Amino acid sequence: MEVVRKFFGTARSFLGRHRLPVVFGILSLLIVLFVLIPLIKIVFLSNKEALWQALQDTTVLKSILLTLYAALITTVAGFLLGVPLAFILARHNFPLKGVLEGLIDLPIVVPHTAAGIALLFVFGRNYLLGKWFNAIGINFVDSLAGIIIAMLFVSVPFLINAAKDGFRKVDVRLENVARTLGASPWQVFRRVTFPLARRSILSGTLMMWARGISEFGAVIILTYFPMVTSILIYQRFESYGLTQAIPVAAILIVICAFIFIGFRFFLQREKKRD
Amino acid sequence: MIELKNVDVTVADFNLQQINLSVTKGMYAVILGPTGAGKTVLLESIAGLHTIRAGEVLLDGRDVTNTVPEERGVSIVYQDYTLFPHLTVRENIIFGLKVRHMPQPKIIEELEWICGIFEVEHLLNRLPATLSGGERQRVALARALITKPEILLLDEPLSALDAESREEMYAQLKDTHQKLHITTLHVTHDFEEAMSLADSIVVINQGKIAQVGKPSEIFYHPSSNFVAHFTMARNIFEGKIVGQDGQRKIFQYNGIEISALSDKITAAYAVIRPEMIQVTLEKPLTGFNIFSGEVKSIVDRGANILLTIDCLPQIECLQPRQQFENMSLSIGKQVYISFLPSSVHLI
Repeated sequence: MEVVRKFFGTARSFLGRHRLPVVFGILSLLIVLFVLIPLIKIVFLSNKEALWQALQDTTVLKSILLTLYAALITTVAGFLLGVPLAFILARHNFPLKGVLEGLIDLPIVVPHTAAGIALLFVFGRNYLLGKWFNAIGINFVDSLAGIIIAMLFVSVPFLINAAKDGFRKVDVRLENVARTLGASPWQVFRRVTFPLARRSILSGTLMMWARGISEFGAVIILTYFPMVTSILIYQRFESYGLTQAIPVAAILIVICAFIFIGFRFFLQREKKRD
Repeated sequence: MIELKNVDVTVADFNLQQINLSVTKGMYAVILGPTGAGKTVLLESIAGLHTIRAGEVLLDGRDVTNTVPEERGVSIVYQDYTLFPHLTVRENIIFGLKVRHMPQPKIIEELEWICGIFEVEHLLNRLPATLSGGERQRVALARALITKPEILLLDEPLSALDAESREEMYAQLKDTHQKLHITTLHVTHDFEEAMSLADSIVVINQGKIAQVGKPSEIFYHPSSNFVAHFTMARNIFEGKIVGQDGQRKIFQYNGIEISALSDKITAAYAVIRPEMIQVTLEKPLTGFNIFSGEVKSIVDRGANILLTIDCLPQIECLQPRQQFENMSLSIGKQVYISFLPSSVHLI
């Protein structure tokens, strides 16, 4: 009896002293479980046989490769075009800059099907840019190019925002010193600004790639075939039901988990090195 | 040599107006002014980091008004030394040589030379984050000077240091200047720092130059109420000249008359530095400007004691510690103060 009372007494005084960590800990646990349980269940509790079959299904593998590849090209394009914009936004003030920054965030906010329709309206065969590109043989409907512009539109804001924050954190006076030491603006960017903003930019690049891989809404409007994995999962779910959709989803989740957890480790190591 | 002719610069909502400045080659000049006076903007404008709206900037006679910073031959060292945090000390120091594509053997030679001056050899493989304040400054100076600039700009280089390192750095800066004879423009808000380093002082306030002169001129002959205040003259009395007695002017304020040796015909202020005032227990037998009053407050400043005495109606006097102790003064004690007419500066 004495032991039980003592235990409760200790527990109560522990809770009294650590109320905030305990409450926050419980709330955190809930959200972590909410995220993890579906992911774990789909990977570990799906039918092993079906999973094995899906792994041998060339449609599935092709689709996954296509998704990773398209998202990669998208990210490279986003990097080349988005990083300079991020630098300008971080370093210069101009009229309507706030409006521009708001507009850049818009693709994150609008439903992605709406984004897809907006893109179709510009890059569709009969519309402005679509016509031009069609003339040089690039077609944005039902093609890799279509997947890429759909992914780019919805994912590039992540990179721009992350890179902008990264550049903002770099002390302008470091750039000033570099200039007075004889470095040209290009040299300053390459040797000082970019290396110092590198971690934010890398993390933004990763986010962008991730967002590209997961994109569904905008891609389905522009390009149903060739099928990216998100569309393949949907198509299997619609046509054959849950059992056929689960293995494909499980494979994509495992691959993404490896890539992104690996990348986080890499970023962590970078951080330690700095 | 640095020359600024009628320079106007606007940065965000701050204006530098009609700046005229000339620093002779090899001189150590200090720009002195309160926070927000435009000192850093002025330095950065000389370095080419801001667009000059009007006027001219000449460096050694060369018009650089529109020259990019990398072609000016001007190095800048900021208050917190702004070492590149991602580069080692070695890479920081040789940065300016690398971007100029200097051949490796030459870089090594220059590095050895600069390490000899600033004693930073043992730090070369460290990252800036691991250095002490004094070490950072030596590295920053080495980095700024290895490119052999014609002009060195120092933006509050001693503010981030504790009192002891600061003394060391005074010596370091003076020594460096003597060794390299580089034209130096040093910005500070600290009046004593300016006094101990400068060949010439430029006082700046609200984007305009308030006074230029040798330290002793700024100290004993401030040209305005602002400069007098800023150089801690402390006793600044507003009044006017009411008469003349030979070479001496009679300055009157609050009904009290002060004798001043001055060739001014009109004046609005009389300035008497606290260290120029004699405090005695007995009334001096002869002399001018003798007043009596009660000790109101005593502030121990270490080597000196700052006394406030309620005459004229209030005056502050700085007494050497020894003298103060000999008089065994305490609050409420009646004393006499006196000062020479030549110690009174009329503005």
